[in-house]
Amino acid sequence: MSNIDYTIAKDNDGKSIWKFLVKELKPRGKFFTPFNIISIPIMLLGLVLIIIRFWKGLGSITNLTQEVPWGLWIGFDVVTGVAFAGGAYVLTFMVYILNMRKYHSIVRVTVLNGFLAYVFYAGALLLDLGRPWNVINPIIGNNFGTSSVLFLVAWHFLLYMVAELIEFSPAIAEWLGARRARKILSGMTIAAVIFGITLSTLHQSGLGALYLMAKDKIHPLWYSEFIPILFFVSSIFAGLSMVIFEGSISQKVFSDQISEKNHKSHNGILRGLSKICTGAMFAYFFLQVLIFVHGKHWGLLNTTMGYWFLVEMIGFVLFPMMLFFYSYRKNNILLIKVAALITMLGIIVNRLNVTVIGFRWDAAVQYFPSWMEIVVTLTVIFTEIWIFRWIITRMPVLRESPSWVNKKID
Amino acid sequence: MRIDRRNFFRVLGVTGATLTLGKEVNATPKNQNEIEFYGILYDSTRCVGCQSCEIACAEANNLPESEGAPEIGIIRKTDETRRTVVNAYDTSKGEVYVKRQCMHCNEPACAAACLTQAMLKTKEGPVIWRGEKCMGCRYCMVSCPFDVPKFEYHSANPEITKCDMCYDRLMEGKMPACVEACPAEALTFGTRRELVAEARKRIHENPDLYVDHIYGEHEAGGTGFLYLSPVPFNELGFNTKLQKSSYPELSKGFLYSVPTVFVLWPALLLGIREATKNNHTKELENE
Repeated sequence: MSNIDYTIAKDNDGKSIWKFLVKELKPRGKFFTPFNIISIPIMLLGLVLIIIRFWKGLGSITNLTQEVPWGLWIGFDVVTGVAFAGGAYVLTFMVYILNMRKYHSIVRVTVLNGFLAYVFYAGALLLDLGRPWNVINPIIGNNFGTSSVLFLVAWHFLLYMVAELIEFSPAIAEWLGARRARKILSGMTIAAVIFGITLSTLHQSGLGALYLMAKDKIHPLWYSEFIPILFFVSSIFAGLSMVIFEGSISQKVFSDQISEKNHKSHNGILRGLSKICTGAMFAYFFLQVLIFVHGKHWGLLNTTMGYWFLVEMIGFVLFPMMLFFYSYRKNNILLIKVAALITMLGIIVNRLNVTVIGFRWDAAVQYFPSWMEIVVTLTVIFTEIWIFRWIITRMPVLRESPSWVNKKID
Repeated sequence: MRIDRRNFFRVLGVTGATLTLGKEVNATPKNQNEIEFYGILYDSTRCVGCQSCEIACAEANNLPESEGAPEIGIIRKTDETRRTVVNAYDTSKGEVYVKRQCMHCNEPACAAACLTQAMLKTKEGPVIWRGEKCMGCRYCMVSCPFDVPKFEYHSANPEITKCDMCYDRLMEGKMPACVEACPAEALTFGTRRELVAEARKRIHENPDLYVDHIYGEHEAGGTGFLYLSPVPFNELGFNTKLQKSSYPELSKGFLYSVPTVFVLWPALLLGIREATKNNHTKELENE
């Protein structure tokens, strides 16, 4: 043990690793930024609500009912959050499997984003569990409920977090100045990527498959046996839109971290991504049309839910798809960002339609999230952004790796 | 039973099959491990709405005394404080009472959904809940087509509650509390096979009294609780559009594809990676 400490300490220019960590833990930069002023009170309030929730039960702060047992925390935090985290597997697929090196500069930040999304949104699941102390049961075999889609999803979340941590770990090693560890960890990247993509395929679709047994409860316009495929295909452009959105913000907020070269290449990257989004969204839209025609639900279109379905399909899929295509052809970066934003809204609408709005749409008592559920959701998101910011400003994620890293190929 | 052409052929086919296979089928020794589920038959033509079952259920499960009485126009629902309720319906044949509780499906969606097997279809037939395994995810509630499992939203140590056909009593050789308490013999306890036969017999002997439908014989792949009714079941608030195959069947296709993806994907991904390796060098040359 002491031997390892010694190597790390030596690599880190002779400083003790503990002193280094303590120094890094301290906050940096201005404290009274607009983001901090908004997020801190909400996070404190959220913390209080979480304490009440564990003290008085789920019903004390949520509007969940016996008919609608899964609400905002599952439908938005978990199901939608994981779709947005899909960028990590799509991008690693492009860079490490298709060898599209152009996108290499944004892999790290995307993987970090994906990793944090899983940690926090799967972590939000703990808040929703009635008996969270039993959460390890499916892992330790008390019992293995292998017939359950949720069993698959739970294991995949866990394994995928490990895979993403391995994919990201070279950045941690560079931060700590651990040269040998970095070499070993980056050697594991390809294996982690392949494992990660396989896991993602299955659990992105698995999140949709969760709802297959709720056949009589989901509005027929949103229920079909193809939910898993729709969830998988839509996670591709959901994730990439998130990459575009997050990248555009990072370019501004963390501009001091980003090298001149990467700054310049960013527009080219956005353009490439918008092209891929167009393709994926076209496939998705086509699938939706096929499923709709096969479902023979023409009569349902002329209802309130039918109009809502059309709004989703035309306003939040077809329109941003054409916008992506148009802005790609015209090389209009601003429109690409607008299209990404609309697409993300569309994903939120779609996931909520399946999980909350269309779920028990006919129930006598409709579920609508309480303000406290929303505050807790915001708390989760803000905490994630805080951690994200902490890592970005310390580890070589957006900025170039330290000079000692062999820069040929990693 | 009226014999028409279709029925005639069916009888012919069954007879033929019996003749060719009959010996073998009959000769198969009754396997000791063969699953014979227990169930309960509820005959709504006999039920008088006295709520004895509700009271007995509350007593057996240490639940508070049931509130309210069956009344037309008011649908009482099972919840975390009562596992069975009797409701009254105004039907084409007058007032009819219906007892509701867990259906104890042959292949329950809740048990298939449970990632810890806390919800379990026992080999005796009852579907039970085991607190030491449950993590409170409520996926059973999402999946159950009858909306049976209930959750204690106002507890820090919440439980999933539902009828367990008095599993503990069954293990002691006793009958479910509701069956024992019923003064009108509206509830019959027995193996599912016997109950289906009994229900058929009643319909056959009294075709004017019953509709020719045993609810639960095929619904959701068959349930342990079987219902007889004087009127079509949709008049009694039953969902008659439930699929006849079991609900776990719906996610089976997805689950079966998992091993395939796990084997094929990594190989495929490695292949693509090898195939596109040259792209990188080409890109560099172009720059």
